[in-house]
Amino acid sequence: MMLYDLEITNFSSMKFGVVTFPGSNCDTDIQDALHLLDQKVEMLWHKDTDLKDCDAIFIPGGFSYGDYLRSGAIAQFSPIMSSIKAFAQQGGIVMGICNGFQILCESGLLPGTLLHNSNQKFICTNAFIKAEQQNTLLTTESKDVVLKIPIAHAEGRYFIDQKGLEDLKKNDQILFKYCDAKGQINTQNNPNGSIENIAGVCNITKNVFGMMPHPERACDALLKNTDGARILKNLISSVQEIKA
Amino acid sequence: MTFKAYINIMPQKAILDPQGEAVCNSLNSLDFSINQVRVGKRIELNLNASDVKQAEQLAEKACKKLLVNQIMESYSIEIQKV
Repeated sequence: MMLYDLEITNFSSMKFGVVTFPGSNCDTDIQDALHLLDQKVEMLWHKDTDLKDCDAIFIPGGFSYGDYLRSGAIAQFSPIMSSIKAFAQQGGIVMGICNGFQILCESGLLPGTLLHNSNQKFICTNAFIKAEQQNTLLTTESKDVVLKIPIAHAEGRYFIDQKGLEDLKKNDQILFKYCDAKGQINTQNNPNGSIENIAGVCNITKNVFGMMPHPERACDALLKNTDGARILKNLISSVQEIKA
Repeated sequence: MTFKAYINIMPQKAILDPQGEAVCNSLNSLDFSINQVRVGKRIELNLNASDVKQAEQLAEKACKKLLVNQIMESYSIEIQKV
């Protein structure tokens, strides 16, 4: 049984771009998830600068450039990122997942940064998350629901200074927080030591999104968890509305 | 003239450094009496510049642009003539 009732009708003109960096390893997962949700996907190579008229861009997880220097530090200056920055600055929708989130933070498109997990381990597990507010293109369908979404990262401890944190709250930029299966948000349910359990944030103009959990890994009914599809479908229908 | 710029990068003081903590625990289990360990990194640049000042400016620019993320790290630069 589906957990959501959001119907997606594919507008043949709508297209989603997925970037591949050397070391990306979730690019085809996103491609698969979007195909499952009946969307057209354009794979974009990091050395290209053409976004091929995509309506929204996904930056996938993985280990771009081997995570050298810092996660996402080198990728921020690849040719495709200069086009993505311009696209985002013009209001284009960009979503970064895991390493994609790290890249968006490094490039300055999202506030804050991601540090080594407080337990110094690579964490691969299912995490529970809850939308902090429902006024973004990504979270309107996630009111009061607890989503089970896989996480797989070593550097997922979201950090921002006190002033930045206050700004995030003031401007409703916190997308998701880690919680337990019942939606309780506390330190016990914080897998990586993120400040205030933050799992994802958006920019102030709410067109650039980043999250450490992997919704694209929870879209296929075969895998017995389609909670991630709720998030992606939400974004797809938002893009659809904007385009219509 | 050729210079070497040594860049020392450390995690910001206010930020928990789990790597440093793990190293500290390990040292103390070896009977060292260590209060705290912070683990950073050191980067060496070999560069051409007209004088020390210009070399320093160049290294500073590289730090701000790519080498250091000032949200989480602080840094210092030492310049040496090769």
